[in-house]
Amino acid sequence: MSSQPKIHLDRVAKTYPGSRIPAVDELTLDVQEGEILVLVGPSGCGKSTTLRLINRMIEPSSGRIMLDGEDVTKANPDKLRRRIGYVIQQIGLFPHQTISQNIATVPKMLGWEKERIHERTEQLLTTVGLDPEQYRDRYPKELSGGQAQRVGVARALGADPDIMLMDEPFGAIDPITRERLQNEFLRLQEELRKTIVFVTHDIDEAIKMGDRIAILGERSTIRQIDTPERILAYPVDDFVDDFIGTGSTIKGLNFQQVSGLKIPDYPAISVSDDPQKGIAALQEAGREWLVLLDDQGRPARWLREDDLRGAAPGQYDGRGEELGDHLSPDDTLFHALELMVQSAAGKTCVVDEAGRFQGVVEMAHLNKAIRRAQYEARAHYEELERA
Amino acid sequence: MEALQNFFTYVQNNSDYITEATLQHLRIVLIVIAFATVTSVLLGVWIQTRPMARALVLSTASIFLTLPALALFALFIPIMGIGNPPAMLALWMYALLPILRNTVTGLDSVPPAVTESARGMGLTGTQRLLKVKLPLALPVIMAGVRVATLLTVGLAAIAVLVGGDGLGIFIRSGLSRNGLPNAAEQVWTGTVFIVALGLLLDLVLATFQRVATPRGLKV
Repeated sequence: MSSQPKIHLDRVAKTYPGSRIPAVDELTLDVQEGEILVLVGPSGCGKSTTLRLINRMIEPSSGRIMLDGEDVTKANPDKLRRRIGYVIQQIGLFPHQTISQNIATVPKMLGWEKERIHERTEQLLTTVGLDPEQYRDRYPKELSGGQAQRVGVARALGADPDIMLMDEPFGAIDPITRERLQNEFLRLQEELRKTIVFVTHDIDEAIKMGDRIAILGERSTIRQIDTPERILAYPVDDFVDDFIGTGSTIKGLNFQQVSGLKIPDYPAISVSDDPQKGIAALQEAGREWLVLLDDQGRPARWLREDDLRGAAPGQYDGRGEELGDHLSPDDTLFHALELMVQSAAGKTCVVDEAGRFQGVVEMAHLNKAIRRAQYEARAHYEELERA
Repeated sequence: MEALQNFFTYVQNNSDYITEATLQHLRIVLIVIAFATVTSVLLGVWIQTRPMARALVLSTASIFLTLPALALFALFIPIMGIGNPPAMLALWMYALLPILRNTVTGLDSVPPAVTESARGMGLTGTQRLLKVKLPLALPVIMAGVRVATLLTVGLAAIAVLVGGDGLGIFIRSGLSRNGLPNAAEQVWTGTVFIVALGLLLDLVLATFQRVATPRGLKV
């Protein structure tokens, strides 16, 4: 790590009075500027406690907390918290204040001018997708859960903090709205590039939101910390393997694109071609299915040898099987898999932007891609061990 | 019918006297409630987060409310002499419990997520109390103040027993002159004006409560 981490926890521990077992045991953790680090683990593993140690909602028993290389372990906790956005699952909007008053909380404490606060709250409402005209003077009870959490995020962004701590922010929201908020938040993060520590117990959310994921075991010990791709491709131990659950390999397909595959030539003929040419191509390639292209070079149907016999050039109507949807190069391999299992031929066509046939993705390609990802992840960990 | 007639005649003939006594009564109540509110809210805020102190203070205030008024007066007269002060001290003790209990209940009812997020944004302890917890607890505290006010308006009638003033004067005079002319009218005057004063004050406080309740909290 060449650059200084935005957040650095140095052997931070928390033992509650009256308990001999620490809730967080000498945790050392770096969060790089502009990344989303997801803390994920079974309930009771101390992930929320860890998050709350960063803004000292819980005072550490030992260890040091560094922000931008500055030791804040003994700094004024209230001043510290005004520098850090904090979003919780239960949101905790002030029910007696309007939406804009809620968002203005931190700027007001920091003594911003009225005009600036007004501009900021209007801008933030727009940022989180709420029309200021309609929402600024509403009260929290007049909002749905999804809208309230949008305001919660806007309020945390109030004074434009570099760091955001989010404790299961979308945990209490219905699945459809949650997915939308997650997507919007990721889009927002593209622009804002905040340093975010995000707690969840949902591995799928972790995979989706995290630039890196830290899988925590008991007493908040880090079992594995890495990019979602690598964790899915190479869980370091049984605990991590169990936690990410079945289907982790398939989830890993989400992180690879069709354009990353090396696709060999696949037999295809155009509608104007002679069927004999198709039969020859099939026999030469030793394949069962052939792609029929229309006169624009777009894939039209799957054809077998039997379908070709007795057909005439330009008269393939109704022969063979339907193709279904096509893949474009920037689709994920997960999407490829989905189309493949729906297709009659068990494979699916890739097309360019104009819809012209580029090749065919088969199960063997996915298999190779997964094995390559696993190999690379293993090689990475072996290298780490040697170092 | 004739009794009602006599009552109105009595009120008419003694309107100056009645007005004066009503104002004296009001003065006692307002002073007592003002002091009781300040002490109860301060104490309530302090004990709310301290389980031991909370149990101790609340049970002490409950005991105050069960003490017989006459016994209290007897205790205070040697210290404070006669007049309004011993009566007001006793009334203050009675008014504590409703306000104290409602302050604690009101603060308890502030959602933990709200205080958690307030702390997370860097509000200091004082800011959390003044800008978040007390505004949210206000409707419940005001309900306690209203109960305490009604209680005090009624109880203030006995101030007269220790040399105080107020509408109790009419009741005592009427009772001691039982059977003589205007005795019943005097008792009625005291009672009716006390009830009227209580209702009036409650109305004022109810209005204040409505105005002071933030729009976001109204149901």
